[in-house]
Amino acid sequence: MEVRSMHFVSRVRQRLEDPELQRNLKRTRGRNAASRAAAVAAFPDFDAVRARATEIRASVLRDLDVWLERFEQKAIERGATVLWARDGDHACELIIDIARRHGVRTVVKSKSMVSEEAGLNAALEAAGIRPVETDLGEYILQINDNEPPSHIIMPVIHKSKEQVSELFARVHGTAPKTDIEALTHEARAVLRPEFLGADMGLSGGNFLVAETGSVAIVTNEGNGRLCTTLPRVHVALTGIEKVIPTLEDLATLLRILPRSATGQAITNYVSMLTGPKQAGDADGPEHMYFVLVDGGRADLLGSEFEAMLRCIRCGACMNHCPVYQTIGGHSYGWVYPGPMGSVLTPLYQGLDKAMDLPHAATLCNQCGVVCPVSIPLPDLMRTLREKQVERGLRPWSERIATKLWAWVAARPKLYALGTRVAVRYLRWLADGRDRIQVMGVAPGWTAERDFPAPAAKTFRELYAERRRGGGQ
Amino acid sequence: MVAPGSRGEVALFVTCLVDLMRPSVAFSALKLIEAAGYVAVVPEAQTCCGQPGYNSGDTAAARALACKFIAEFERFPYVVAPSGSCAGTVRTHYPDLFADEPAWRARAEALAAKTFELTQFLVDVAGVTEVPGDFNGSVTYHDSCSGLRELGVKQQPRALLDRMSGVKRIEMRECEDCCGFGGLFAVKYPDISGAIVQRKCEAIRGSGAYAVALGDLGCMMNIEGRLRRNGDELTQVIHIAELLAGDVGGQG
Ligand code: SF4
Repeated sequence: MEVRSMHFVSRVRQRLEDPELQRNLKRTRGRNAASRAAAVAAFPDFDAVRARATEIRASVLRDLDVWLERFEQKAIERGATVLWARDGDHACELIIDIARRHGVRTVVKSKSMVSEEAGLNAALEAAGIRPVETDLGEYILQINDNEPPSHIIMPVIHKSKEQVSELFARVHGTAPKTDIEALTHEARAVLRPEFLGADMGLSGGNFLVAETGSVAIVTNEGNGRLCTTLPRVHVALTGIEKVIPTLEDLATLLRILPRSATGQAITNYVSMLTGPKQAGDADGPEHMYFVLVDGGRADLLGSEFEAMLRCIRCGACMNHCPVYQTIGGHSYGWVYPGPMGSVLTPLYQGLDKAMDLPHAATLCNQCGVVCPVSIPLPDLMRTLREKQVERGLRPWSERIATKLWAWVAARPKLYALGTRVAVRYLRWLADGRDRIQVMGVAPGWTAERDFPAPAAKTFRELYAERRRGGGQ
Repeated sequence: MVAPGSRGEVALFVTCLVDLMRPSVAFSALKLIEAAGYVAVVPEAQTCCGQPGYNSGDTAAARALACKFIAEFERFPYVVAPSGSCAGTVRTHYPDLFADEPAWRARAEALAAKTFELTQFLVDVAGVTEVPGDFNGSVTYHDSCSGLRELGVKQQPRALLDRMSGVKRIEMRECEDCCGFGGLFAVKYPDISGAIVQRKCEAIRGSGAYAVALGDLGCMMNIEGRLRRNGDELTQVIHIAELLAGDVGGQG
């Protein structure tokens, strides 16, 4: 997917001025946060499981190569083929190659964020292979002119059911309906024959279990199961960081993932897929492939950003982020929105391509508090800000301003003089009122709110006067 | 009641925003520290804790000010700030600034351990149950992010408010949600910040309280500025120090 994060500010403005989007954001705001809160309250062990989950993910990353080799060996033993992709483009080449070898014309897809990273749909189409998204949300986006998802687990959270109804009526040529169940049935009727007719099923993977060589897929719709069992070929496409050691670890992570995401104790479907169909098996694909993508991940190992690789893609950080809840996921301009995206996008796409993202956060740390694998997201954003400063990527006015402030603040006499002058200046601007409504030095502030006028003198001045006068 | 001064010295960190914008907050803090039985000291050469540089990614600038701050404050048994975000900077971020300099790191950690947000100090350290102020009216409390999530300030201000006789405390919805200030965020991304503080103002208005109290000057200016811009001239926005010290009027 093309990265558009450098146009953050203009994209945000459009989103803030889109009344329909704002209505939709308002409708969903807080809903997942409330469900998570209820699920956590009903699960007394949450903190202990969270600590354990963090440790599992952290320990895997310490020896990622070892766990990946073990996974590969087990997967091969079970008859699967494991392929390694340098990046998204390479992943697309490998998948098209697999498709050609097996004479595939149609690919049914269950949700995979890595496939969004790789721009797989466009690549398949260019190769004459038809991709069909089968996750309801992803399907809606695909028929809406390949719109990108705005959330990692609820890709159409930015749309209302009326918008979906209108879209279905237009694309399917059916009568408009706003009953969600009826809409779901309509999509199902369209998709059913696709599952049966497709030659290849492509899924993502929530976890790769090294102990058994399996991929675990967690969904709330039955489509994941159909994509991975009906077609002749199954390809699981994931990032290399998704591996975990054992089934026991999977059990731990499964206790925390749905609770963090949607507040569910467990999702509707948990599928474990291990190798292709064996002699005597009733169903399953004849060929199974894993395509494991690096795409910038390996570079993070051992760096100050390694913790980011712990991410289990639950979406809790965006569900709790005041900024995400205000501007929606599309503003972030790449596959991953919200706090996790503000860290991942600059890391995977380049700091200079996502200048705003690490700054467009209030550092309120709601995301860090809810992250089930304890990723210190605000700290990582701040470290990215440091890298931008080190590489001279920030506007010079900003760099000079912080330097100048620090230089003045290191000299108490100068600082006292500066603040004294500043207070006088602000009082002059306020012109006898208790607030300033237009301020040249920080126009951003007064664009949205008044600036309360300061007291007549600084604390320093008043305190000195009090000590002189009162002899205290 | 403890004899004034009998419990030793407490250094007050007058944050740069308090110094510049609202000196009364520091005077109220002095009053509260003294009422709790301590000698309140204001180290003269203090300026800013370095948070603006730190959050902008200018570590060198932040480190220079942190060194200055440590040198000025480390000789006191306690350091108190009427700000969760500045106290949070000292407590949770100073040690990180000196990851590669063990000597400074040790000093930063020692200072961090004795640095507190004002209400946290009053309740958790001083064990205060009575405050000098009185206030007549309903009050809702906004939990500022750093105080809440970096320092665990939640019950302390509420406990003190509940001890004030004329105060009726009302919880607003989403009291823990960020107000959208975020330091330079409010200036760099004014429209996002404006939309977030708008929600906060609606929550405050929705609570029906006469006043909103909080512990950070940044949030205070943001919320007050937005309320006034919205034409709300009535809802009082009060720093918790001023309220507890009795330095603001109530509903009359
Ligand atoms: S960063 Fe944490 S909260 Fe956000 S999606 Fe990843 S695991 Fe979930």
